[in-house]
Parts: sequence; C-alpha cells; structure tokens
Amino acid sequence: MKNPMSLIREIDYGTPASTSETLVTLNVDGFEVTVPEGTSIMRASMEAGIEIPKLCATDMVEAFGSCRLCLVEIDGRNGTPSSCTTPVTPGMVVHTQTEKLKKIRRGVMELYISDHPLDCLTCAANGDCELQTQAGVVGLRSVRYNVDANHFTPKVRGESNFRYMEKDESNPYFTYDPSKCIACSRCVRACEEVQGTFALTIEGRGFESRVSAGAHESFIDSDCVSCGACVQACPTATLMEKSVVEIGIPEHSVVTTCAYCGVGCSFKAEMRGDELIRMVPFKDGKANRGHSCVKGRFAYGYASHPDRITKPMVRDSIDQPWREVSWDDAYAFVADRFASIQKTHGIDSIGGITSSRCTNEETYLVQKLVRQGFGNNNVDTCARVCHSPTGYGLGQAYGTSAGTQDFDSVEHTDVIVLIGANPTEAHPVFSSRMKKRLRAGAKLIILDPRQIALVRTPHIEAQFHLPLQPGTNVAVITAMAHVIVTEALYDEQFIRERCDWDEFEEYMEFVTDLRHSPEVVEGLSGVPSETIRGAARLYATGGNGAIYYGLGVTEHSQGSTTVMAIANLAMLTGNIGRPGVGVNPLRGQNNVQGACDMGSFPHELPGYRHISGEDVRNIFEEEWGVTLVKEPGLRIPNMLDAAVEGTFKGIYIEGEDILQSDPDTHHVAAGLAAMECVVVHDLFLNETANYAHVFLPGSTFLEKDGTFTNAERRINRVRKVMAPKNGFADWEVTMGIANAMGLNWTYTHPSEIMDEVARTTPSFAGVSYDHLDEVGSVQWPCNEKAPLGTPIMHIEGFVRGKGRFINTEYVATDERSGPRFPLLLTTGRILSQYNVGAQTRRTANVIWHEEDVLEIHPHDAEQRGINHGDLVSLASRAGETSLRADVTERVAPGVVYTTFHHPDTQVNVITTDFSDWATNCPEYKVTAVQVALATGRSNWQEEYNQQAEQSRRIEHDGELIHGD
Amino acid sequence: MATEAKMIREANQIATFFHSKHHDEGVAGIAEHLNKFWAPRQRRQFFDMIDAGGEGFDELVIEASATVWRPEPVAS
Ligand code: SF4
Ligand code: SF4
Ligand code: SF4
Ligand code: FES
Repeated sequence: MKNPMSLIREIDYGTPASTSETLVTLNVDGFEVTVPEGTSIMRASMEAGIEIPKLCATDMVEAFGSCRLCLVEIDGRNGTPSSCTTPVTPGMVVHTQTEKLKKIRRGVMELYISDHPLDCLTCAANGDCELQTQAGVVGLRSVRYNVDANHFTPKVRGESNFRYMEKDESNPYFTYDPSKCIACSRCVRACEEVQGTFALTIEGRGFESRVSAGAHESFIDSDCVSCGACVQACPTATLMEKSVVEIGIPEHSVVTTCAYCGVGCSFKAEMRGDELIRMVPFKDGKANRGHSCVKGRFAYGYASHPDRITKPMVRDSIDQPWREVSWDDAYAFVADRFASIQKTHGIDSIGGITSSRCTNEETYLVQKLVRQGFGNNNVDTCARVCHSPTGYGLGQAYGTSAGTQDFDSVEHTDVIVLIGANPTEAHPVFSSRMKKRLRAGAKLIILDPRQIALVRTPHIEAQFHLPLQPGTNVAVITAMAHVIVTEALYDEQFIRERCDWDEFEEYMEFVTDLRHSPEVVEGLSGVPSETIRGAARLYATGGNGAIYYGLGVTEHSQGSTTVMAIANLAMLTGNIGRPGVGVNPLRGQNNVQGACDMGSFPHELPGYRHISGEDVRNIFEEEWGVTLVKEPGLRIPNMLDAAVEGTFKGIYIEGEDILQSDPDTHHVAAGLAAMECVVVHDLFLNETANYAHVFLPGSTFLEKDGTFTNAERRINRVRKVMAPKNGFADWEVTMGIANAMGLNWTYTHPSEIMDEVARTTPSFAGVSYDHLDEVGSVQWPCNEKAPLGTPIMHIEGFVRGKGRFINTEYVATDERSGPRFPLLLTTGRILSQYNVGAQTRRTANVIWHEEDVLEIHPHDAEQRGINHGDLVSLASRAGETSLRADVTERVAPGVVYTTFHHPDTQVNVITTDFSDWATNCPEYKVTAVQVALATGRSNWQEEYNQQAEQSRRIEHDGELIHGD
Repeated sequence: MATEAKMIREANQIATFFHSKHHDEGVAGIAEHLNKFWAPRQRRQFFDMIDAGGEGFDELVIEASATVWRPEPVAS
C-alpha cells in the first residue's frame, strides 16, 4: 500500500473478529455472506458491505447492546434483536432496513439528541462524530426537547442544573466533557478490555448515568494511565484530544512507528498540512493491534520543543562557548580533526557509537562509516548496556540471539513467566495484551525483587511471586530446573529430538546436585523453597509456558548466564517452537533489536557474523571497496579506558547520551574530557554534549524515513510526515561526514541503504521498502524461504541444529552489601518517561514524574530516621547523589530502588564498573549502597550543574545565550 | 593499576563461568572468548601481564593464554 495523502479511515466492523475456523453462511438484505462462527450479524453485514447503524458498538471492544440502534429483523424470528450482540447462524436471513426498523431507530436517535447540546458547528468533533453521523444515517429531522431535564446546560430556568457537570481538563492530553456523553460505555469497555486498567465506570442508572473516572475523581487523580484507548473508543466529543480541540480535525495521515519502546506500535500520524494533530494507533499494526500507551500516543511534543538545536555548532575546547557554523564547515571540522588524530595517535584512536533510538538505516551507516572510513572496528551501541547478554546467551544455546515469538503468541499461552521485567511500565502495550490473556485464565509467575504492579492488579493475581534478592537470578532459575529434573517433569521426547542428549545428561548431573535445590537456594535468594518448587511445577506442567524477561535479567554480572538458564528451562519443558511458548526478551528502547542486527557491535558485521570470518568480510569488502580489519574493535567501556590512558582521542556519537546512560559517570566524564574531538549528533544539547567539540543537530522520527525492528524481530516502517527542523535526516548527516572524509557515498533515500543491507545480509535478503509497503511489516529472517518473514523461530529444530544445555553455576556478584554499604540498589523505569528522559521530559508527561525518587522499605527508612519525601543521600563506592525518599513496601527490606530518567539525579554516579562477564553489560541492577538523610544536593550535583551551565553557552549574533 | 585490576577481574569472571565445563573445554572456551571479543589493545595489555608472571589470574586463564592470539605489536 503506497500511502495516499488522505486521511486513512479504518473500517469499524462493530464487533471484534471471531477466530473460529468453522464457517457460517447467511443472507443479509439478499446477499450471501460467509463468516467464521461466532461473528455478530453486525460484523457479517459490514463484511458484505452493509453498514448497520450503531452507537454503542465498535470493533475494539466486545458488544454490549445498550443503544438499540442496530436492530435488525430476522426471518422466522420475532422482534428486532440487536445485530451487535446476535451471532450469525447458518442460513439466517437478515433484513437491516425495514419501515419498522427505520421508525424505531429514529425514535432512539431522537431520545439521544434531545439530551445533547446541538452545537455541532463549533464542536471539536464536527465531522468526526458518530452521533452526528448516525443522526444523518437514520434520517432524523426533528427533535422534541425536554428542557428541564438535561445534562448540558449549566442552568435550567435560571437555576443551576444539578445534572450538569464541568469539563474535566486535568489530563494534559485529553478532555472529558460530561455534557456530551451518551453513556454508551465504549470508553469503559476500552479501559477494561483493551488497556486492562479498569479506571472508568458508569455511574448512576438510566437517564442519570454518566462516565466517572475512579470514584468521582478527576482523570489525573484516578488510576488512568493515559493510554488514550477510551478517547479512540468515544463516538462523540466527550473524550477528545486537546490537540484536536485546539487545532481542528486532521485531513491526511501517514502510517508510521512509535520511536519510544521495543513494542514498536504502529500509528497513524494524523496531520493538517505539516502540523501533527494527533497520533492514533493503527488497527493493522501487528505489534499493537490498535492499542497504544501514553508515550507513543501523546508524548511527541519534544519534536517541536524550543530546546531543539537546529544549527551545527563547533568549538575548539569544551570551556569555550559553542559557535554556530554551516553544515559543510561542521563536516570539514570533523573530518580534519579525525584525520589529524589518526595521523598522530594511530588508526585505532577514534571510533563511533550508534544508538538503539536510530533507524536501522542510520545505524548501518554509522558502523559502515567506522569500518570503511575510520578503518577500524571501534563501533559499539548502547544495546551493550541493556541486552547484549541476550545476544550472547541465546546465541550459545539456540544459535540465534533474538526472541523466539511474535506478540500474538501470548494469546495461546497458559503460563506466563515474567523475569526481571516490568511491562506495565516499560512495555505498556504488550502488558495490556498480556493482561487480557491473564484475565482469560492464563497463570502468572513473577521473579522480581520488587512487588511490581502485575503481582496484584485488577482481576489479575500472580500465582507465584518470587521476590528474590538482587543478583540471585541464576540461583533461583537453576533451582527451578533442579525441581523439573529431579521430579522428572521434563519433556524427554522434545529433548531427545531437538537437543544434544549427551549435553543434557551432563546437565542433569549438574543440576541435580543438592547445591541447586530450592532448599539451599532459599538461603541465598530469600525465596521460600516451596514457592520455587510450586513455580517450577506450574511452568513445567501448566500447558504452553512462555518466558518474558527484561533488563532485570541482563543487567547483572551474571546476565549472560541467566539468559542461558532461561534457555535451559524452555528446552527442558519443550516450550520452544510453536505458538504460545518461547523465550522472549522485552527490549527497552525502540530499536535495540535493529541496532544489534545492523552490526553495531565491535566484533560482528550485520547479521551477527563475526568479523574474523573471511567470507563475510569479503562480502563487505567488495561492497565498500576497502580491506576490513579482522580483529574485534573496542567496546564502549574499553574506548573510555583507552581515552583515560591517552590512546583514544575522537568519537562520533549518534543519538546516545552515554554520560547519563552509562555506568560510573565519573569514569565516563574522565574519558570524554580526555578526548580531542567528541562529536555529538542529537536533538538536544544532552549531557554528553557538555564534553563535545562538535554538535550536529538530529531529526526526530517524524522527520525521516527508515525502519525500526521491534522486540519480536518485526521490521516496521518509519515514515516522514514533516520536514526536518534541522534541515537533514540523520542518515544524510552521517553521509555528510563520510563524504567530507572522501568516501563518496551516494544514497538518495534510506530505501537504498536497506537494499544494501538486503544484498549483504542473508536474514534480510527479502526486505525492501516496496515489500514493506505491500505487506505492512515482516519479522526477520525474511528471505526466499520465508518471504513473509518468520513469526516463530525454531519450529522444526534449532537454528544452530541441536539445542544446547549449558551448566549455569551461580556466582555471587562482587557487589555484595557489606557494613559500609549495607543496602542493594536496583534500578528501573516508569511508564511516562523514556530512558534518559531527554524526550519525555520535554513533554507534558512530566506531570506524572517530576523527579526520580528512591523507594525504600519502611523498616530501613525508620532505622535511618527517614520519612516519606525527605531528601536523602545515596552513596556507593563509586559516588554519591541525592534524591527524595519514597517509603514503600513495594521493595523488600535491604533493597532500594530508583529510576534514571532525570540528569539532575544522575543515578549512574552511583553505579559501578562491574559488568556481565561475557559482554560487559553493566551491572545496573545491583549496587551496594548506603542511604542517609541529606542536607542538600551532593557536591557532585553542584559541580556538575556548574559545569553544564558553563558548557551550554552558545554564541549567537555576538551574544551568549544558554542552550538547554 | 586500576586497569590491571579490572583486567584480572574481567578475565577471572570469564574463567569462573568456564569452570563449570570440562577442563579442556573450559580452557578452549576462555581462549575463544578472548579471541572473539577482546580487541588487540586489550589482549596486548593482557599479555604484558601474563608475560610478567600473570599474578592474580585464575589458573584456567593462564592455561588458556597459550591459545589466545598475540596481537601484532603497535606500530607507532
Ligand atoms: S486513557 Fe486509558 S487508562 Fe485512562 S481511562 Fe482511558 S482507557 Fe483507561
Ligand atoms: S465518554 Fe464517550 S465513550 Fe464513554 S460513555 Fe460517554 S460517549 Fe460513550
Ligand atoms: S512507547 Fe512502546 S508501548 Fe507505548 S506506544 Fe510506543 S511502542 Fe507502543
Ligand atoms: S450498536 Fe448494537 S446495541 Fe448499540
């Protein structure tokens, strides 16, 4: 589908699709139509092209049958049943438009309209209102009013109207205007069924009924998480985006992909001219199926934030103010500096960092620039700091490093195991899909030090919560394997067919040892042995078991080992290779998967092929016309080490803020300060830019074409909806540097970059923009064997051949709490903010999260004389910062927790340089700390703010201004 | 000094994992890991320390060093 520049209107079938395989044929107004059993008459008619009038039905939620507008007549049946709640039967003959029906419908509409303000011309939903449409559809021509009893006039006969309720504008992104509510309950059902939050209810009965958030609260004070589902569901202007109220309804739309998290939701960017009016989740989006969260739906305001830098800037040293220059001058500055550094300090003295926020095409170009232009392999990505152990661990066990399922798979899962992931906050739309399945009866096991929301939430309660001590994942998961093996709950047939049997026997011997028993592990992890046993039994015997895990698994010194332990569990129980099962890493940022796929690690070329392989090098040598180095390059921490030692002097950083996101801030700062040319390519003057010599303004996902690959390996198109404010898309900027270095790149569109990827990388061989336009999205591998991509991996056998069982010995982290630092700090994220927060902090989302706070158990707080809301200091052997305390039982005694969204907190001042043994993924999830009442901001915070202030000055028309 | 301590820690961390394999497999595993993931610069520092006696390294690391590729000396 090429995008026509008109408003994409998706068909509303009225009720959700039925998944039945049995087909039923019926007759609607003289037309035969065949649909799956369980389909409503309304939906069947729509499929035949006949639209039955409706108000309370929409296909995002189950029918409720309250408005009585959708009545039909059926031969051989009495009365006028509602078509949204009546399922089809074979041979049924339906009439949707008869004199009788017309009359009833007009009567129904008249009733609705008589209690509705007729200010259509000035209403925000004018032209986009189903009530308006249906009034037209049923031919309503006159209305008898009852002026005394209505909901929409503040006064009746000079007295104040007790039925009237004020608008609720408390949510920053949408309004609730009760005077326009028709009590159809679509919003209530959307909040329950689609989002799973149960924030809304219908209060009162009959004529008095109105929607209410929580118990008579404003939206902002209720449980509402601002996902927007109710706003989409509302047929009137009652729930309405503020942007539409302010600007008007959109006239064209473009389908694109959210740039926030690894779910990769598809949206229609609805525009008026080049102004973005709203982002509406796209029903055909295969990751989100028409749902969204507050970030993708509403938090795009950063794209037009005044802090955005739009002109390139340079300076000779970081104590000088920035100087605005032309693009060409900036490119020349970079090329000259890099060349002279390499001349003096050698080929290996510069490198580049790609970002998982960038598109695949941009990432590919950065690693190409490093390999082809810099002549070394010093390229790394921030995926290093989150999911590198997934790549290593799954690669070892299964032969490929990616998640095994698509998101739809969860609909077939019976037991969900959630390890170190908090999807309600970090992967909201997937969590909604998960919650839907849990409400339908699937069981839930959670391994997490904190009592995350899913442990107990409306209509869901985890069967088992294993609140393990941070750092003991391997012990607990191996103990689960111990139970499965010693109680003979494993799937012998699967193991014999799919796995290496000798290795399995060795593994059996290993895991049977008493040191892996739940009873022993209880002592290390604090999890009662019976809970471990119960969880293991449930996973092994409860039907389709699927494991979903997050950064709480990977960001540990034993991250890779934990991933292997998870891989073992799935193989043991045969939970691999079909719908409903599998091992699924939940990726943090939007394009973590893609960044890894595109060869941004220093040891491998695109498609996970090690740089030492001659055949692979040959492919790229031919394509790029250079000889490639066969040795692995430096990883980010090694680059910083080398910088401190004086052998690494220049770096190009695209879309990353390593000073804020990487561990041990002091070390990062020292490394950056020791370099001679730091090039930051980003939207804002981020924290890293305080140490930069060149700033190249970046573009947002709304301003460029490209692709993102989500956590299910799905390649989704990102489409340009407006011109870049900075003048160039990011791929053009990288090309500018390359060409200033004499590389002669000639791309005219990102599709050509994807073509190059497809040419050189077998798992992408079938991917092209044309193909994506045609089929919407594909999950790699996508090639001749699988032209439509691969939703589920390892179906017939493992990618590597036989699956491998790997012994996973628990090793306590060096970061144990001791007398000086008796508490364990673990870190995480929250729903409304994204990563280092540079984007979300520049939107109205700050209303939900003004600062990072430290969660501490009441017992630990009391011991230290800390009250809720006190400013406390948080110190580790690496550094000290201060923030406010949140005294809560969500964390266990001995454990404290915080987020890392605000630069002022700089929680990474605290985190240490300990890392995963295999991949150097930093150990963010365990740091030994002490907490005490603070008198003020830490010295570091004070100094840091001064330095930042100094460093952000920009010389503009001979005056100094402050960038932000 | 800090670098050396860090290198010992990281190498020994790798060795710890490979201790759960058969001895030969473990030694080969460590060497392969260092060859695959450590840049020449790191291996150079590694060999400087090994050649100086390798104090502090896990014995499996020392054994594995025999099959870790020696990077070419720096041309500077
Ligand atoms: S925005 Fe989402 S969470 Fe809030 S009330 Fe609407 S559907 Fe429920
Ligand atoms: S707010 Fe909208 S969706 Fe909800 S009941 Fe009222 S009219 Fe229906
Ligand atoms: S942030 Fe994630 S869940 Fe939310 S809309 Fe974007 S991709 Fe979807
Ligand atoms: S649409 Fe069927 S009863 Fe309202």
